Amino acid sequence: MATVASDRLFGKSIKRREDPRFITGRGQYVDDVKIPGMTYAAFVRSPHAHARIRKIDTAAAMRHPGVVAIFTGKDMTGVNSLPCGWDLRKEKNVPGVVQDLAMVPHMPLTSDAARHVGDPVAVVIADSHEAAIDGAEKVQVDWEPLPAVTVTERAAASGAPKLHDGAPGNVAFKWEIGDRAATDAAFKTAGAVTVKKRIVNQRLVANAMEPRACLARFDDATGELTLWVTSQNPHVHRLLMCAFVLGIPEHKVRVIAPDVGGGFGSKIFLYNEEVVCSWVSRRLKRPVRWTASRSEAYLTDAHGRDHVTDAEIALGRDGKILGLRVKTTANLGAYLSTFAPAVPTFLYGTLLNGVYAIPAIHCEVTGVFSNTTAVDAYRGAGRPEACYVVERIVEAGARAAGMDVADLRKKNFIPKFSGAFQTQVAVVYDSGDYGAAWDRMLQMLDYRKFRAEQEAARKQGRLLGIGFSAYIEACSIAPSKLVGALGAGAGLYESGKVRVHPTGMVTVYTGSHSHGQGHETTFAQIVADKLGIPIEQVEIVHGDTGSIPFGMGTYGSRSASVGGTAILMSLNKVIEKGKRIAAHLLEASPKDIDFSGGQFQVKGVPGKAVPFGAVSLTAYIPHNFPEGVEPGLEETSFYDPSNFCFPFGAHACVVEVDRDTGNVKILRYLAVDDVGNVINPMIVDGMVHGGIAQGVGQALCEGAVYDGQSGQLVTGTMMDYALPKADMLPMYETDRTVTPTPVNPMGVKGAGETGTIAATPAVVNAVVDALAPLGVDHIEEMPMTAQRVWKIIQGAKGAR
Amino acid sequence: MKLPVKMTINDQSYSHEVEPRLLLVHYIRETVGLTGTHVGCDTSQCGACTILMNGQAVKACNFFAVQADGANIMTIEGLAKDGELHPIQMGFWEKHGLQCGFCTPGMIMSVYQMLERYPKPSEELIRHQLEGNLCRCTGYHNIVKAIEWAAEHMPAKK
Repeated sequence: MATVASDRLFGKSIKRREDPRFITGRGQYVDDVKIPGMTYAAFVRSPHAHARIRKIDTAAAMRHPGVVAIFTGKDMTGVNSLPCGWDLRKEKNVPGVVQDLAMVPHMPLTSDAARHVGDPVAVVIADSHEAAIDGAEKVQVDWEPLPAVTVTERAAASGAPKLHDGAPGNVAFKWEIGDRAATDAAFKTAGAVTVKKRIVNQRLVANAMEPRACLARFDDATGELTLWVTSQNPHVHRLLMCAFVLGIPEHKVRVIAPDVGGGFGSKIFLYNEEVVCSWVSRRLKRPVRWTASRSEAYLTDAHGRDHVTDAEIALGRDGKILGLRVKTTANLGAYLSTFAPAVPTFLYGTLLNGVYAIPAIHCEVTGVFSNTTAVDAYRGAGRPEACYVVERIVEAGARAAGMDVADLRKKNFIPKFSGAFQTQVAVVYDSGDYGAAWDRMLQMLDYRKFRAEQEAARKQGRLLGIGFSAYIEACSIAPSKLVGALGAGAGLYESGKVRVHPTGMVTVYTGSHSHGQGHETTFAQIVADKLGIPIEQVEIVHGDTGSIPFGMGTYGSRSASVGGTAILMSLNKVIEKGKRIAAHLLEASPKDIDFSGGQFQVKGVPGKAVPFGAVSLTAYIPHNFPEGVEPGLEETSFYDPSNFCFPFGAHACVVEVDRDTGNVKILRYLAVDDVGNVINPMIVDGMVHGGIAQGVGQALCEGAVYDGQSGQLVTGTMMDYALPKADMLPMYETDRTVTPTPVNPMGVKGAGETGTIAATPAVVNAVVDALAPLGVDHIEEMPMTAQRVWKIIQGAKGAR
Repeated sequence: MKLPVKMTINDQSYSHEVEPRLLLVHYIRETVGLTGTHVGCDTSQCGACTILMNGQAVKACNFFAVQADGANIMTIEGLAKDGELHPIQMGFWEKHGLQCGFCTPGMIMSVYQMLERYPKPSEELIRHQLEGNLCRCTGYHNIVKAIEWAAEHMPAKK
């Protein structure tokens, strides 16, 4: 682990360098890019949840003024299915596969049947946005509506309408992890307290504030295609589109993800629209632009979560956890999104050990298809679902055993360690001090005092509650060899190129992509520190396959730990080469050169030194240059971590429930996170805040709801899907403990998803605690809307 | 059928012939080319398109361009004067009141009116006044702080 000098930028809350353009309206998002001769795409989408396409009549639409062309799936010959990048099959020796993944086709424009509301069947291209939309309304599709299924638990039931020929019974896969026999035995331990609960993790929509968009421009003269797209990982978009779907040369395609207005996972995946626009641009030899309306975004952005779980915990008489048994049905939607099978399996089952020493765990998961929008990674992706199960069932267990929820947790924490803790669910934790974060949180809360206040409030009839969450998160999932063995079709390394210009200015090209994370600041802090130059001399470039080495992009809280380390490796190479050049200039041996504070200096001889700028100039004007050294000063690295990083922490939420209305008000929210070393505390705090708000959103108001009869998405606009607003949320009380990871040299773990993972169970546990005097000991479903809570109060035995 | 519209945006006059159904936000973004005003929804919930029209914060997706005929409009691009950031802009920068930046222009324009009406708003009032603006990144914590910072640094009214 590297030590970081206190006078460095590492660890300082540097104001963000990207902000001036955003606060003045000069950011450039995809929909801001204008190109002469641009055409506009509008998609004809299924109004039915499930329907066969008998015929598509485009004649009337073609006659609409301004319409340039219309294409259906049948026109897109030679185009392949959108790929699923995670293959759960026994023949691939993927661990835990009980039933192989059904690799069902997902065509960019479906031509046989529509399988969810919003499934695109045709695209209208016009000279204006308005003409394209008008044209799309004039396309006549002769639909044969079919029975549909949207409910997770009914999707694989006998008699459910079948979505795909290749997926009998709508089962996408069956998978398991852990030790079934040991877990069964643990539950039979004499005197064990066992509790079984149904726990539903409802479907969510990411709702990045910028809707998805793309602009494809094919240049007939050069054969080059440029695609601006709202992407968290432009190289992944390019590779999947070129190699798997369109079969076009990768080196002739440039993907640009400029400023991107939030992602939260939803902009990782390759979607129908960007593939169709790229294909059309090549066909028409004109630029094609599409921007989702928010209503389209609700229907087509990959959704998140949607698990129904039966969880059981066994506790010994002493309050020690003996075993955990989990059975989950995961709704994958109508098609397999890019990384869909990974989310409810390797990103979920592997986190069920939580922060506890649990001797036996078994988890089985059935993935099912339904007539709903595809489900894939949403902020946290599998890990929030795991944390939710663990933290809810632990509290349910504590209540059944008559123990305090805080005491029970403390009794079961994995003791402090660094290096390796082997869990019961395959993964090996890197470092942890779970008790320390927990104790700090309890101290901030003044737990005993709160319980006394709660007691007093209850005597007055007030419903005050507290909920906890001791979470663990897995970031920077790696190494590539391991994820390959688990079924991934991709590696999970990152690239970082450092280009030192002759004047000593530095441009860094990172494969990570910022869509709010602030890489232009944090990465520049790393560079300025390492090279001992002012941060103003450093520029960070991301989001353009035309200039950046192949990179994997930003998701899973991997940018600092993987992308940052790749940059650090290149900086080390730059310094090593710089030492050889400096040694030559100083007439010394390279091994006698030290580099610090921007100076190459002969060890022990302070007067004999050359500054970084002189060395960089020499590298490009190599008149007086060492033998055998190439001119130039530019280095590229690819970093493939040896293991995941596992941030953790302790959150608490205090709520008051209004007995008459069921309204839940958050009185306090406390978060103590441990994300390892922190590059920019201001930015990390900001991510924690935003994560908490999303987690609270799931607990209190969010949820994608389908009508069980018609299969329509009822929450299809921002009017119907309740996003958290400022007046629902408190000021968050945050702090950190610091347990660096031994996995990477900066000791950074990852901070992007922690809040989302931790907050949901903390809030729901608090509501359960608040309602405990009424005899409520569990709540199955979220969100905790006033209506739901009011009904629970009315139905509670202690209510009257 | 197209109709003529004339309006002043950020102290510059513009006149165009537009379709009656053209939304003001699309006029500003597509016709005039000021892309700082964003479109985040289609039901007027998100507030990313908030501008000042005749001194009032409005959602530009709620007006047709023709309804703004003769109006005096300020968008995010018109807030900083002579390269000098407005205190609200500085507050958002200082207090890390933005992450992806997409909701930010609308937030800032909405706060402009908030601070005109309530020069020293309480936290509760700020949160209530943000009713019409959604942010998915910050959890609002630092937006509240940014507004408090701006309120402290606003020049005294003459």
